[in-house]
Amino acid sequence: MINKKVSSVEEALIGVTNNMTFMLGGFGLSGIPENAIAQLVKLGVSGLTCISNNAGVDDFGLGLLLQQKQIKKMVSSYVGENDEFERQMLSGELEVELIPQGTLAERCRAAQAGFPAIYTPAGYGTEVAEGKETREFDGKMYVLEHAFKADFAFVKAWKGDEAGNLIFKGTARNFNPNMCGAAKITVAEVEELVPLGELDPNQIHIPGIFVKRIFQGAVYEKRIEQRTVRQKST
Amino acid sequence: MLDKNGIAKRIAKEVQDGYYVNLGIGIPTLVANYVRHDIEVEFQSENGVLGMGPFPFEGEEDADIINAGKQTITTLPGASFFDSALSFSMIRGQHVDLTILGAMEVAENGDIANWKIPGKMVKGMGGAMDLVASAENIIVAMMHTNKRGASKLLKKCSLPLTGVGCVKKVVTNMAVLEVTPRGFKLLERAPGVSVDDIRNATEGRLIVEGTIPEMVL
Repeated sequence: MINKKVSSVEEALIGVTNNMTFMLGGFGLSGIPENAIAQLVKLGVSGLTCISNNAGVDDFGLGLLLQQKQIKKMVSSYVGENDEFERQMLSGELEVELIPQGTLAERCRAAQAGFPAIYTPAGYGTEVAEGKETREFDGKMYVLEHAFKADFAFVKAWKGDEAGNLIFKGTARNFNPNMCGAAKITVAEVEELVPLGELDPNQIHIPGIFVKRIFQGAVYEKRIEQRTVRQKST
Repeated sequence: MLDKNGIAKRIAKEVQDGYYVNLGIGIPTLVANYVRHDIEVEFQSENGVLGMGPFPFEGEEDADIINAGKQTITTLPGASFFDSALSFSMIRGQHVDLTILGAMEVAENGDIANWKIPGKMVKGMGGAMDLVASAENIIVAMMHTNKRGASKLLKKCSLPLTGVGCVKKVVTNMAVLEVTPRGFKLLERAPGVSVDDIRNATEGRLIVEGTIPEMVL
């Protein structure tokens, strides 16, 4: 077994410097690497490019890095829940590249899988396709989209083991598996780091080969963005 | 004239037995409440769940189980979770039978705009561009006019496009319309709404043939 375990978030983020490009898993606030983000705030690194579907909310998730003005550029598909983000974007402080959600996922997966680029129909005929190569296949038009290049991928899983094998839970899975192995260094944080042999190999979502460092997060707030409930009928 | 729930109720009639359906945020989310109970339908949410159920009871919310609107949800027996690449494989690969989404503008050629108002509102497209570029069967759920009373059914979209020539059907608070090569073909009118009302509220080319029936809800 090749041991991927590191003892702390500090150790997990060794090598992080200013002006790097990061991938960060999560959809909304679900499945975000909370501990890695907290450590990035602590390290105070800046000039960052962050590839993440969303930009958090004002006081949680990537919003924490935005507050400290650590992010130079965001690559996202939807950024609607963050006032500070909108302010920085409209004032020109923050560079933003908005891309379709499926394209974001596939550009991560392409990097993971060794494809330099992919053709997608998403965005053809819109400003997203401006300046990009397009091509017709069987009468339909497609846009060439390149694989991402990133220095670190920060992902969050439910359970993992010292070999770096990961299991995700519910919709907290989202972009996390697609980002594993898609950057130079993949750092996985888990709610529960279990001894080797405890995870059933049949149930592994991401094999440890895609993970460079793994640690158990100290605390998980797991904040709910839109708490929606129904009443029990009496 | 219909309210948002009325629009959702009318669209629910388009959902057929055996359909996998993707519902957008807003009015489309309400459609799930009105689908007939004697048919088998599975709702897909692009953040990674198939077989979505109703909202959880208070105290049973789970931060790890949400829909594309970031709302807490539940799952039904037979549900599955998956990653974002696989989710969009379902969408791009045309495995989803029906896509229902909202719009700011629809043009008579089926163009749709729903992600950006330059200099004013930039929230992003989320999964909408993937959905409209791939789905064969797209229904738009929206109000017929905007808050200022201007038509949202146009000759040409004025806002940045989400997709080109992709919308097949539009259901509004006033009418059901089919997008045809000749323009918006009026299929049904909402209760209490006349053909002239619809004509006055539609900027794009409106095709009216024969008697237009009132919607049955």
